[in-house]
Amino acid sequence: MRILIIEDDKEAASYLVKAFREAGHVADHAADGLDGYAMAEEGDYDVLVVDRMLPKLDGLSLIRSLREQRVETPVLILSALGQVDDRVKGLRAGGDDYLPKPYAFSELLARVEVLSRRRSSAPSAEPTIYRVADLELDRLSHRVTRSGQEIVLQPREFRLLEYLMKNANQVVTRTMLLEHVWDYHFDPQTNVIDVHVSRLRAKIDKGFDKPLIHTIRGAGYMVRVGQEGDEE
Amino acid sequence: MSALGKLVRTTAFKLSLAYLLIFTIFAFVGLGYVAWNAQRLLTDQFVSTIESEINSLSDQYRFGGLRRLVNIVERRSRAPGAMLYLVTTEAGERVAGNVGALPPGVIGRTGQFETLYNRTDETEARPDMAIVRVYLLPGGFRLLVGRDIEERRRLQEVIYRAFFYSLLFIVVLGCVGGWFITRRVLKRVDDMTEITRHIMTGDLGGRLRIAGTGDELDRLAQNLNDMLDRIGELMRGMREVSDNIAHDLKTPLTRLRNKADEALRTASTPDELKSALEATIEESDNLIRIFNALLMIARLEAGNAREGLADFDAAEAVRDVAELYDALAEEAGVSLTVSVEDDLPVHGSRELLGQAMANLLDNALKYGSAAGGKPQTIGVSAHRRDGEVRIAVADRGPGIPASERGRVLERFVRLETARSRPGFGLGLSLAAAVARLHGGALLLEDNEPGLRVILAMPLKAAELPPAPLQSAA
Repeated sequence: MRILIIEDDKEAASYLVKAFREAGHVADHAADGLDGYAMAEEGDYDVLVVDRMLPKLDGLSLIRSLREQRVETPVLILSALGQVDDRVKGLRAGGDDYLPKPYAFSELLARVEVLSRRRSSAPSAEPTIYRVADLELDRLSHRVTRSGQEIVLQPREFRLLEYLMKNANQVVTRTMLLEHVWDYHFDPQTNVIDVHVSRLRAKIDKGFDKPLIHTIRGAGYMVRVGQEGDEE
Repeated sequence: MSALGKLVRTTAFKLSLAYLLIFTIFAFVGLGYVAWNAQRLLTDQFVSTIESEINSLSDQYRFGGLRRLVNIVERRSRAPGAMLYLVTTEAGERVAGNVGALPPGVIGRTGQFETLYNRTDETEARPDMAIVRVYLLPGGFRLLVGRDIEERRRLQEVIYRAFFYSLLFIVVLGCVGGWFITRRVLKRVDDMTEITRHIMTGDLGGRLRIAGTGDELDRLAQNLNDMLDRIGELMRGMREVSDNIAHDLKTPLTRLRNKADEALRTASTPDELKSALEATIEESDNLIRIFNALLMIARLEAGNAREGLADFDAAEAVRDVAELYDALAEEAGVSLTVSVEDDLPVHGSRELLGQAMANLLDNALKYGSAAGGKPQTIGVSAHRRDGEVRIAVADRGPGIPASERGRVLERFVRLETARSRPGFGLGLSLAAAVARLHGGALLLEDNEPGLRVILAMPLKAAELPPAPLQSAA
């Protein structure tokens, strides 16, 4: 995955470049808004990570200009402003995700990976049925089956599983779940999300040999065909 | 600015000047009217006297011809009074009468007019004014009958003098009065300016004097004082918060530093180093959380978040959060009962209300455990009452004594009983700030036993009233 980091703080940028490279991605860096705009327009990047406050051309204007030029590369906005209306402004400008500073790198990585996958999957409609191993989720009939056996889920549990399966083989963090399943953006101080996931896990994985919902230590959750040794 | 310049520029001075002008005009019009009327009356009187005199003289002339007329004129001329008589020849030589010199050409005219004249019996040469009527008699003789109008002139003089003195009086009185009023007002304004400048330089304790007259200056002073009170309150709040921040952030910062230091000195295996680093990150995350919560409260209290508000259904929002926490409660062996009335439209932020609710539920789960290990219940409800939505989170825990309820809404306040459990003492402050942003308040009540926290906010209205400043307890 090719990532362009547009960030004027040198230290933060080099930390990000290094961390993304360690995670196996290609990461470039632009130090101001104009450079970033030029590189984003020419280079074939999968995701742009844009700081909101940049010299020469601020982050939101940069995104707006890119969108006007029909550059549809997914953008994640990094900002020291973490309030509700700032997020709304960022997304309205054409950003795809918004992460307030300071953030954990695992959170940023998970979000960037989800964004890039959204790009590589065809822009045509999402499949109506998600499949992971023997687990199937039908988005139209709202039915979930495993090995042909129907599993009854509450509406919220269904949405939780839907989001996890949509991003199968990707790390999904707790805040991403809170955002997409409950539509809240605050930081849940207790393990509210964990409890929901473990309930879901009880319904999905109980009685089956291979667990599909995995806990990724220090990051979040992932639905995939099990690999031993990564479990908590 | 010179003292005079300052005086001239004041509103009081300008008002005085305007009044002065108006009174002067009134005086002019009033006196002018009186003068004009008096003049007219007198002139009318003079003219009618002259007419009656002429009537009687013409009677005499008709009976006795010129001789008789001359005799009558001679006689009447000798009588004291203001009446004037003169009979002349065609050439203007005096035949009889008490009029001496006349300006040249006067006697040649006929009809009624005003002229200067000198009496024959007067020694001084100064001519007086008179209204005269001149008739042409047969044989070229002329008869002049007139009346001295010196009285009228004198009356005019008196009126002019009255004019002058009353004008002088008005101007002097107006200036002096205006000066005093201006001085008085100016003095108070100067005092206010002086005190406010003093306050601006740092002495926030100073207050403006209230004269007790209840006038606009008093009201202004009262408002300024109220504003100063409010500023003082905010400053105190700020100072308190920064003190608290300094104190509450120092503890985790020190812990963070010590942990890193200790790891550097003692940890030898990679595992030990790793766990030390993890602990360090955890501590930093806590610090970030505190910062975020503080920033959010500060922003809410400053009213900055108001622009992102929208209409939403509080019932749905409350159900969502209750559902979010339901699993957690069940895990903790707590039964969460939800009783929410349908359709509760409010204006505000679903996100912030959700966060406030999350804080309240967090608190209820953390501190609301019943004594004696009885199965605990937490009640979440939302109902409308008197145009308000009242969202309540009630637990069966030890509750909060009435005397402490005001205090726990303040930042960083944690009751002794809660010290042992995790938390920063910001949850209720944040919930209270959210309530105020929505034009409502956070109320703490006794749940007998336990604590009931009520987030009251108005049902959807056209606009939000400004948030009340003091925290409701």
